[in-house]
Amino acid sequence: MAKTTKPLAASSGAGWVRTEMEEVLAAPISDVGLIGWMRQNLFSSIPNTILTLIGAYLIYLLVPPLINFGVVHAVWNGENREACVGSHGACWAYVKAYFPQFIYGRYPDAERWRVNLVFLMLAGGLIPLLMPSLPFKRANTIFMLLIFPVVSFILLTGGNVDPGAWAWIALAVIGIIAFAMVLLPVIAGQADIASRSKQLMVVAVLLAIPAAIMLLFSIDFGLEHVETANWGGLLVTLVIAITGIAASLPFGIALALGRRSQLPIVRLISVIFIEFWRGVPLITVLFMSSVVLPLFMNEGVTIDKLFRVLVGVTLFASAYMAEVVRGGLQAIPKGQYEGADALGLTFWQKMNLIVLPQALKLVIPGIVNTFIGLFKDTTLVLIVGLFDLLGQIQSSFTDPTWSSPTQGHTGYLFAAIMFWIFCFSMSRYSIFMEKRLDTGRKR
Amino acid sequence: MAIQETMGEAPAKASFIYDPKVRGVFYQIVLVAAIVWLGWEFITNAARNLEQQNISSGFGFLKNTAGFGIIQSLVDYAEESSYGQALWVGFLNTVLIAFLGIILATVIGFVVGIARLSNNWVISRIAYVYIEVLRNIPLLLQIFFWYFAVLRAVPNPRNSFEMMFGTMFLNNRGLFMPRPVFGEGSILILIGLIVGVVGAFVVSSWARKRQMATGQQFPSFRVGLALIFGLPFLGYLLSGLPVTLDHPELKGFNFVGGMKVIPEFMALLLALSIYTATFIAEIVRAGILAVSHGQTEASHALGLRPGPTLRLVVIPQAMRVIIPPLTSQYLNLTKNSSLAVAIAYPDLVSVGGTVLNQTGQAIEIIGIWMLVYLSLSLLTSGFMNWYNDRMSLVER
Repeated sequence: MAKTTKPLAASSGAGWVRTEMEEVLAAPISDVGLIGWMRQNLFSSIPNTILTLIGAYLIYLLVPPLINFGVVHAVWNGENREACVGSHGACWAYVKAYFPQFIYGRYPDAERWRVNLVFLMLAGGLIPLLMPSLPFKRANTIFMLLIFPVVSFILLTGGNVDPGAWAWIALAVIGIIAFAMVLLPVIAGQADIASRSKQLMVVAVLLAIPAAIMLLFSIDFGLEHVETANWGGLLVTLVIAITGIAASLPFGIALALGRRSQLPIVRLISVIFIEFWRGVPLITVLFMSSVVLPLFMNEGVTIDKLFRVLVGVTLFASAYMAEVVRGGLQAIPKGQYEGADALGLTFWQKMNLIVLPQALKLVIPGIVNTFIGLFKDTTLVLIVGLFDLLGQIQSSFTDPTWSSPTQGHTGYLFAAIMFWIFCFSMSRYSIFMEKRLDTGRKR
Repeated sequence: MAIQETMGEAPAKASFIYDPKVRGVFYQIVLVAAIVWLGWEFITNAARNLEQQNISSGFGFLKNTAGFGIIQSLVDYAEESSYGQALWVGFLNTVLIAFLGIILATVIGFVVGIARLSNNWVISRIAYVYIEVLRNIPLLLQIFFWYFAVLRAVPNPRNSFEMMFGTMFLNNRGLFMPRPVFGEGSILILIGLIVGVVGAFVVSSWARKRQMATGQQFPSFRVGLALIFGLPFLGYLLSGLPVTLDHPELKGFNFVGGMKVIPEFMALLLALSIYTATFIAEIVRAGILAVSHGQTEASHALGLRPGPTLRLVVIPQAMRVIIPPLTSQYLNLTKNSSLAVAIAYPDLVSVGGTVLNQTGQAIEIIGIWMLVYLSLSLLTSGFMNWYNDRMSLVER
């Protein structure tokens, strides 16, 4: 506080007049700096002080033992259980020895480069796609949606699977129906063939893609066939989570559109489908896909166990995805729908050009959150006998080579760290996208 | 319509295949046909496959003898009981774990959610770390941790942990607690409790009416509490102290007497409530933040202290935001309780899995599961919708 004094009357001659400002005093030490901060945030009142002390005690109870277990008393190197039996800390030597199994499961040693290549492609395709500032989004999306799944499938299984004559016949029948529907107005004399050329192109491309995929699958690239029963660890976790989310997105969009459709039967079926899958636990869905689905199949048709689980997970996730997408559809102002109608766009033009681009952009955080949920839920597949990361860790506990009192704790700590890193970074990404996308809608 | 009239003749009608209504009907017929075909295919295939495996479909198997034991049962059950009874026991266990889990998760969730908003830096950081760490770790892993790494790793009965001054014991067989034994005359305590609860309701509604009419307040909460606890205690004294405690005692290799909580139950309850509480805490935080700060300031300006401000102004408004997502968390917890099968806590899915393995009646068992969980979901969401309607803002 600067003191200012009024100059006294010069005539009195008795006054002393300050000519310059007094120096500003620093704030009291109890109000600024660390001490001030502590006084404000930790010890502002008696109840607050008690809370701080309780909190400090909680930290004291939890953190030092965790650090002692994970770092200080941990065993980092060793050949077998001898190294860990005597210690009170984590047995990281066991994790080190088992690490390849936790990542690849029982995938043959000599073929693991294929898995690594898939992981590399995934990282190389996904990271630029997720970073909004990087260019080539369209090419990147096509790579991730078309090339990556096909190449990964061939790399992981070894390819060389015959889709069977029925698949080709089915594709041919669908193709004939599609062409017939496009050409119907021409046959009926309502339009000439030139006006339908664009639609014909679209149908041809849409048919060529599955045909090309089926052809690629049936080619023998000389890769050794690896049964899905030998897959395990992080590989299975990622395969289930990524396939589940990617496959459930189109289904989810279709269901969300169906739920908002004007057609009563379509709406009813969508509502029943969505509410049914959202009402039952995933574990019953997994049991269904592993026990009941084979019963529904034709004689002699056997479906791979991992594939059955993928079907169950996809159906389950698409119901949740549908609700996420519906949220986005509802958030688009009605004027956008009406504007599209006023322009004379058809339903699909309206959805593809106006509504869905806006709605899907809005729900990216919701989709990421669904993905986090699905990622955590992949652990459930160990109950139906697949070995995901947790399943692989759980099954490694039976190995007597590494059996020690801390083996279980170490394994669970490792699993927790792995899952936490994935889920936490995804949730941070979701928050980042939420903030980024929010700006466009602020006025 | 008006425009068309002024424009005179409408253009020539396009072919009926361009009529959206005709197209709509056509698409729906195709959809229904596809679903009927798929259903027919599944049913005929399933019938043929079941016939080949010599499994008769239908629910007749529910009357057959189960022949397996269940480690926790709320109703009488023995190995001679039927499959139907076994499933009933499993269902009750599911309801028990879901009910207790919901209560515990709500309590932890509200405490952590409010702690997250605390002015105290240490407390809000602890709440933040709790939420961010535990909600990003799969529930199944947490169940395994509590079951295999904690509750299975505690000492055997001879070296049990003693708790509560030697009345409770924790060992790898479970948690042993004294069990109250209600002797003769205990009915008076029950009567006291019923009268106390009814009395508390009457007093609180009378107090509310009086406050509405006159503005005078009445300590109805404290009086109600005194009624609910005081009257049963009075009954206890009047009937001559009929309640005794049956203490668990170590005999041979295990405890005898008292009440036993199996480790499967404790692990599942802990994991479910701690995991779900993280989501509830975030919901509570968002709900409280959604109440505009002006409400708090206005309440302070009216002279309300922080406690009543929170209780009378902030929480009632926050509840409107909190309840819908809270409902879906309750439903999640109920559905997640089916993970019990991983540690063999005898819930509906776990018992059903055993029955499925013994009888092979896969379709029926999975049908029962799905039906039960669907109805539990619908019941919970129905109740919460009713509650939400009561709490929601009455708008004109």
